[in-house]
Amino acid sequence: MAAYQLAVAGLKVLVLEAGRTYDPVRETPMFKLPRQAPLLGAGTKHKPFGFYDATVDGGWEVPGEPYTNAPGTDFKWWRSRMLGGRTNHWGRISLRMGEYDFKPKTRDGLGADWPLTYQELAPYYDRTEMLIGVYGGDDDLENTPGSPAGVLQPAPVPRATELLTKKHAAPLGIPVIPAHLAIMTQRQDADVLPKKIHPDNPLAQRVLAQSMRQRAACLWATPCGWGCSVKANFQSTTVLLPPALLTGNVDIVPDAMVREVTVDATGKATGVNYIDKTTRTDRKVTARIVVLAASAGETARIMLNSKSSLFPNGVSNGSGLVGKYLMDTVGAGIGGQIPALENLPPHNTDGASGMHMYMPWWLYKEQLAGKLGFARGYHVEFGGGRGMPGPGIFGGMDALTNGAYGKRLKEEARRYYGSWMWFDGRGEMIPNEDSYCEIDPNVVDQWGIPVLRFHWKWSEHETKQAAHMVKTFAEVIEAMGGTVNEKVETDGAKVIAAGGQIIHEVGTCRMGTDPKTSVLNQYCQSWEVKNLFVTDGAPFVSNADKNPTLSILALAWRTCDHILAEMQRGNI
Amino acid sequence: MSDEQDTTPMDRREALKVIATAAAAASLGDAALPSTADAQATVQIAPRRRPAAAAPPKTGPRGTPTDPDLLNARANWPRLLSAPELATLTALCDMIIPADDRSPAASTVGVPAYINEYVSAPYDWAERSLVRVRGGLAWLDVESAKRFGKQFVQLTVAQRTPICDDICYWMTAKPEFKAAARFFGEIRNLTQSGFYTSDAGMRDLGYVGNVPLAKFDAPPPEVLRKLGLA
Ligand SMILES: Cc1cc2nc3c(=O)[nH]c(=O)nc-3n(C[C@H](O)[C@H](O)[C@H](O)COP(=O)(O)OP(=O)(O)OC[C@H]3O[C@@H](n4cnc5c(N)ncnc54)[C@H](O)[C@@H]3O)c2cc1C
Ligand code: SF4
Repeated sequence: MAAYQLAVAGLKVLVLEAGRTYDPVRETPMFKLPRQAPLLGAGTKHKPFGFYDATVDGGWEVPGEPYTNAPGTDFKWWRSRMLGGRTNHWGRISLRMGEYDFKPKTRDGLGADWPLTYQELAPYYDRTEMLIGVYGGDDDLENTPGSPAGVLQPAPVPRATELLTKKHAAPLGIPVIPAHLAIMTQRQDADVLPKKIHPDNPLAQRVLAQSMRQRAACLWATPCGWGCSVKANFQSTTVLLPPALLTGNVDIVPDAMVREVTVDATGKATGVNYIDKTTRTDRKVTARIVVLAASAGETARIMLNSKSSLFPNGVSNGSGLVGKYLMDTVGAGIGGQIPALENLPPHNTDGASGMHMYMPWWLYKEQLAGKLGFARGYHVEFGGGRGMPGPGIFGGMDALTNGAYGKRLKEEARRYYGSWMWFDGRGEMIPNEDSYCEIDPNVVDQWGIPVLRFHWKWSEHETKQAAHMVKTFAEVIEAMGGTVNEKVETDGAKVIAAGGQIIHEVGTCRMGTDPKTSVLNQYCQSWEVKNLFVTDGAPFVSNADKNPTLSILALAWRTCDHILAEMQRGNI
Repeated sequence: MSDEQDTTPMDRREALKVIATAAAAASLGDAALPSTADAQATVQIAPRRRPAAAAPPKTGPRGTPTDPDLLNARANWPRLLSAPELATLTALCDMIIPADDRSPAASTVGVPAYINEYVSAPYDWAERSLVRVRGGLAWLDVESAKRFGKQFVQLTVAQRTPICDDICYWMTAKPEFKAAARFFGEIRNLTQSGFYTSDAGMRDLGYVGNVPLAKFDAPPPEVLRKLGLA
């Protein structure tokens, strides 16, 4: 986002990317079938989310680039090494943070407040949604803000499983509303939108219009996580980099592993040093402004590794808070088998590959009144139905059929196909002192760069929330007349996903109003190094249940506006 | 698995490609349809400031395990099951998924070859699975010899059935059959995976997706009626 915004504003931008170049138009395995892949496309340690997943040199491990865990910690760090990073295969769930989410401490006394309000970020949400293309409904619920008319694309029609869930969740008081995903259900209006998004900027309007004309609407087939060659969903590589490159203002250097931000005697950033992976040599580039967007973990790592006499603990780390207040999303889920869904007449349920509906958090009042025993909420992602058969299909059928085989197995398969559903909670974690990353003094990666060591602890707010999730999902499944697949745990610590596992790691360079208790100001600008900015998840002060990427994009845009204003004022 | 193992002629994929392009064209309008060259130009990268000494950036997959060529996939490891083992496996797979009036037997769509690919894979879990599968196949022959004096492949379906009945479900299997039942469950799982991901298997289940559509329709009325949603 930053490369795009700065380039259309006329700045010369050099993008250093640790991974290889990646072209979704040519590389996406659209319409491939599991049987055309090794092991039917199943996940392996090399491709954890499946063979076709649009992750290059990544997953829970990156070859030659380890990280470590402190004793007792099992943090999982998902990375990918490719142009566009994890936006090539993310889930595209794009929820706005709400009013409460920016001021959590004011509301319940826990964690910390953001130095900005929802109202201040809202215009950037509007423009980001128009720019990237997000579908959603017109609901405007408590702390689940709607978007102004004309901003979102129409939500896709719900699937049968989603309608059935909505019907049976309603008596339990759980709302089921259209999901918001960065997928285009119709083509963008290239004649109108660019002018709305970039008033007064003819260059931006021109390149954006050209780029929008090359994007098709969703084909209602093929998994988004494999990437999208018709550019119907949001990936940096299909949506932001093409118009950025059209300006002629952007150069991209792939296989460039940044290891350090350099500073001069006055404490200004002068550029970065990086390892050119193809030649294994160290390189130096200079710049007027340095923007870090390497993901929350990597950005902290670069800062901590940027030691100088002015910044002995790492650049911009006078507060000692770089790496601190690392957060992930609370995750727990459960599945069930729903007899009503057996033997359904064949029909196409592929849709936009992701959810068409979801459940926003609905118990704000009960929670504030202290009735739940945990302080923050979660939303629910769910699904099921007659999707494309993959490896492991019918893994749960043995128990239902007493081990059917032969012709009976085939009949049972026809009956049970599409009758399973899953429910996953995605909840807010409160930042704590025990969850952080730091440099491991004993370990370097294959480029000689010291690696991160993680420390992690959930508090009872998170484990109790996880227990509430599975209990609630079991109730929904039972209300639908179904049976849960497994025992419903009452101890949340037994069902909560490991730290990092939900892949929403944020924090590590939080913003604030006071340089003593934050690393960045409200514009994601370093308190100590005026021409150093951060535009990934590192500036997050809290981690609302809303998946982070839409907010990362909106904040990055706001940061770029601030950079331009500061340059105009002659401050940087 | 690879394409050749399926019964369907391989033009399905090509056909899908054509439909996809057509659908994209329809929704884009002819004037706006990006030619391939155009589309590529927008993501091509010109590293002007790249130091002259550096090699030009490589584009496209490198063909390593973490960066495989997704469009030309191959499970390129050696297969470890022997011909006699495969014959026994084939007989067992077809006991699990035999032909009926809607679809063919598991072996017809290449399931034994998939299982061979699976147990031979260069991963720790495959090494363990190979031991279980080999052991299970050997057990089948021993048991067949005990009961009928022949190898499993030589038995009739009627003779194989009581053996399979004893090992078809781990939970209810007698103690002396528990290990064999674990093996049977694993093979059943793999057989279902291989069979239902084939074209014939997907057709059998009534999976009708993976086709480009101009519009996504609401569930048909008969589905809504059946679910009490109409
Ligand atoms: C499977 C999956 C599903 C997800 N689903 C969702 C979802 O539905 N909704 C949502 O909001 N979020 C989702 N996320 C999270 C989302 O992907 C991230 O929030 C988002 O991509 C973060 O963007 P980023 O730019 O901070 O980091 P990244 O996308 O990781 O990009 C960082 C880039 O920097 C490069 N880099 C790293 N280190 C260096 C270095 N030292 N020098 C040079 N370059 C470097 C990397 O190679 C990469 O290209 C999902 C993630 C995964 C993996
Ligand atoms: S579901 Fe739609 S947006 Fe997603 S990859 Fe397929 S065509 Fe693209």
